[in-house]
Amino acid sequence: MNATPVTEQTRVEGGTPEPQRSAKSFLRAQIQQSLAFATLVVLLVFFSFASSNFFTWSNISGILLSTAVIGILALGTTFVIITGGIDLSIGTGMTLAAVMTGIFLVNLELPLIVGVIGGILTGGLMGFVNGFNIAILRLPPFIATLAMMLIAQGLALVISGVRPIYFSGVSGFKDIALGFVIPSLPNAVLILFVLALLAYVLLSKTLLGRYTFAIGSNEEATRLSGVDTRKWKIVIYTVAGLFTGVAGVVIGARLDSAQPQLGTGYELQAIAAVIIGGTSLLGGRGSILGTLIGALIMSVLINGLRIMSIQTEWQNVVIGVVILIAVFTDALRQRRAAS
Amino acid sequence: MSNQLLRVTGISKSFPGVQALKDVQFELDRGEVLALVGENGAGKSSLMKILSGIYSKDEGSIFLDGVEVNIDCPKTAQALGISIIHQEMNLMAHLTIAQNIFIGREPRGGLFLRERALNRKADELLKRLGINLDPKALVETLTVAKQQMVEIAKALSFDAKVLIMDEPTSALTDVETETLFRLIEDLKRAGTGIIYISHRMDELRRITDRVTVLRDGEYIGTLQKEQLDIPTIIEMMVGRHIEESARPTARDHANNEVVLKVEGLNTRQLLKDISFELKRGEILGFAGMMGAGRTEVARAIIGADLSEGGRVFINGKPVKIKQPSDAVAHGIGYLSEDRKAYGLLLEQDVNTNVLLASLRDYTDALGFVHTMKGKQKSREYVASLRIKTPSISAITKNLSGGNQQKVVIAKWLARDCDILIFDEPTRGIDVGAKEEIYRLLNDLVAAGKSIIMISSELPEVLRLSHRIVVMANGRITAILDNEDADQAKIMDYATRMGDEKEL
Repeated sequence: MNATPVTEQTRVEGGTPEPQRSAKSFLRAQIQQSLAFATLVVLLVFFSFASSNFFTWSNISGILLSTAVIGILALGTTFVIITGGIDLSIGTGMTLAAVMTGIFLVNLELPLIVGVIGGILTGGLMGFVNGFNIAILRLPPFIATLAMMLIAQGLALVISGVRPIYFSGVSGFKDIALGFVIPSLPNAVLILFVLALLAYVLLSKTLLGRYTFAIGSNEEATRLSGVDTRKWKIVIYTVAGLFTGVAGVVIGARLDSAQPQLGTGYELQAIAAVIIGGTSLLGGRGSILGTLIGALIMSVLINGLRIMSIQTEWQNVVIGVVILIAVFTDALRQRRAAS
Repeated sequence: MSNQLLRVTGISKSFPGVQALKDVQFELDRGEVLALVGENGAGKSSLMKILSGIYSKDEGSIFLDGVEVNIDCPKTAQALGISIIHQEMNLMAHLTIAQNIFIGREPRGGLFLRERALNRKADELLKRLGINLDPKALVETLTVAKQQMVEIAKALSFDAKVLIMDEPTSALTDVETETLFRLIEDLKRAGTGIIYISHRMDELRRITDRVTVLRDGEYIGTLQKEQLDIPTIIEMMVGRHIEESARPTARDHANNEVVLKVEGLNTRQLLKDISFELKRGEILGFAGMMGAGRTEVARAIIGADLSEGGRVFINGKPVKIKQPSDAVAHGIGYLSEDRKAYGLLLEQDVNTNVLLASLRDYTDALGFVHTMKGKQKSREYVASLRIKTPSISAITKNLSGGNQQKVVIAKWLARDCDILIFDEPTRGIDVGAKEEIYRLLNDLVAAGKSIIMISSELPEVLRLSHRIVVMANGRITAILDNEDADQAKIMDYATRMGDEKEL
């Protein structure tokens, strides 16, 4: 699975220097693609040797479960970052979506399916507003989504009355994350994989994906080619918002409660996962598989360090360093591409 | 059906403060190449942007196949069969050739893209045009010339009746240019009308059937192929003559002390073998067309861009300038053409801007800045350069363009720069203030400073420079004494793209 649109070896006939050049850059892209994967394998092998408890199904399943929320957020963010944008509102947006799900299901006692869809659409609405502010009002994505991050955080606190909403009375809700449609694979993980597949198809097989790459590569050229880039940017941010909404439902189900104080920090972890997975912050380049691997690297690291009994404080330091390395690799690649 | 494909009459367009086009007209026949020429800022690009739907016209009519059309956006232009290849590349580097060509018109089955159909269509198109490229190749892996071919293929994929090419050969080698010309011949035979914008006079005779000349946004005239004569075209482009009396001469300038000497400077992108000398108290003008490499020379000298193989001497001593701070340390100040972006802190006051490059002189060993001493200095410059500002604590943004330019000059004077490089010193400055800047430049050289002045306005170059360096295509094509130069002569050298050289 490779989410960039070109999978075959590029080949240019007729020109003397090209075949070599394109083969080289193709190879480089492949190396970048595999770098994240190699890192993941190295981490898995290392922790397996370091602790006998690591490579057990229960632990692996735990890692996957903790990847689910960050992974789902990261999937949506991948689209945004490929356009050259950023979305800082996904963390608190997820919290607001969880709180709204709580309001729908617990306070209003709406049917399960309605509450879940309501939660997802809450995320979609925030994404739409982000898209509108960025595409129509032309606010920089950083500012627009920073504002939305604060708005969502505030609204989550106000609406919940700064108290957690418990889903214990809503039958079946918890199963959305912790039930088993497939034996011994928690539903949250299944949702992550299904959404990853959906995101992959969206990104590589549909117009939405094509324009996501085109906008990130050269927005003005895309516009002059007759593509309504403003409309597509709204669509892209809305899609990212819908993923945020799903993450809100999943985290609510996993914790069996909507915790209004939760959420900050998630956006940075999700963005880190996207970058570690090889998506360029400058836009135009990225893949869903990479994001999935990036999210796994993050949770394997956290889990492995924990199993090795390394203090939480040090875990943050290690993750910070990993992010630095990932972004530096991205910068290095850009610089090489430029020269 | 007549042979006339496109007729444009009475086109006017103004932007705030500028009349870009005044009552412009031209005609284009089927299977014809019409060249559109004019100096920088003559209005060629604005006219083409109107035709391709990027700008809307204020007045005038456009007739396509004898029917008046209203081109309100790029999509309408495409639908009418008017395609443009922009001067700057307009491709998505991370997408493939096929994806670029058919962006916005992807073949689809339901929700899904039909990638194979897309590649097949692109392959057919490329084969039909005789362009030998793989539609699945990523654009970023192609050379500039091949990218240009992709642009052309994209433009033609709309079944273009009218194809506009804005300086298509500016990035091409000779061999690649030949390939392009062959393609143009094929298109002509197929009946496509081509509007060809170029600065390269040698190309005009090669491929064009007629030449339409614009000057200062106005239509000057059209020459038929048999009348094509380069001096005539240049005269039409240049038009006005400036009064000879106001001009300095190289002989006025008897000082032979060389303060800056550049030898064999190259850059990977553009510059080839740049060598010249700047004398004390001299204004050395740099003339040339857009993209000739004048700004690049300045940037290479001050170490803002990487240069290769060149040597720079200041007052006879070889120096190594690796970054702009080295240049400043050697007393070279560069005043960018975009002073708002690179020359000034617009939100800060005049005092801060004047002292910006020389703050160290007003800072003691403990790192405290002695503002009073600095303010005194700022006031002196405001007075001596006649900067019109309510006070030195006025915010720079609120000053007029001419006075902002003077603040930048004050900044470099405060830093004791003896060599000043002015890039378009009067761009965006109104006529009255221009005179003021001219006088200031003359005062500066009279006081022993030396100036390199890059300007796209030939009257300005002739008015101020003792000697004139003419550049084309990254090379110096001539260094003329002012008394030997005139606009036509400079234009002639500025459009010599080949290797012919006269020093």
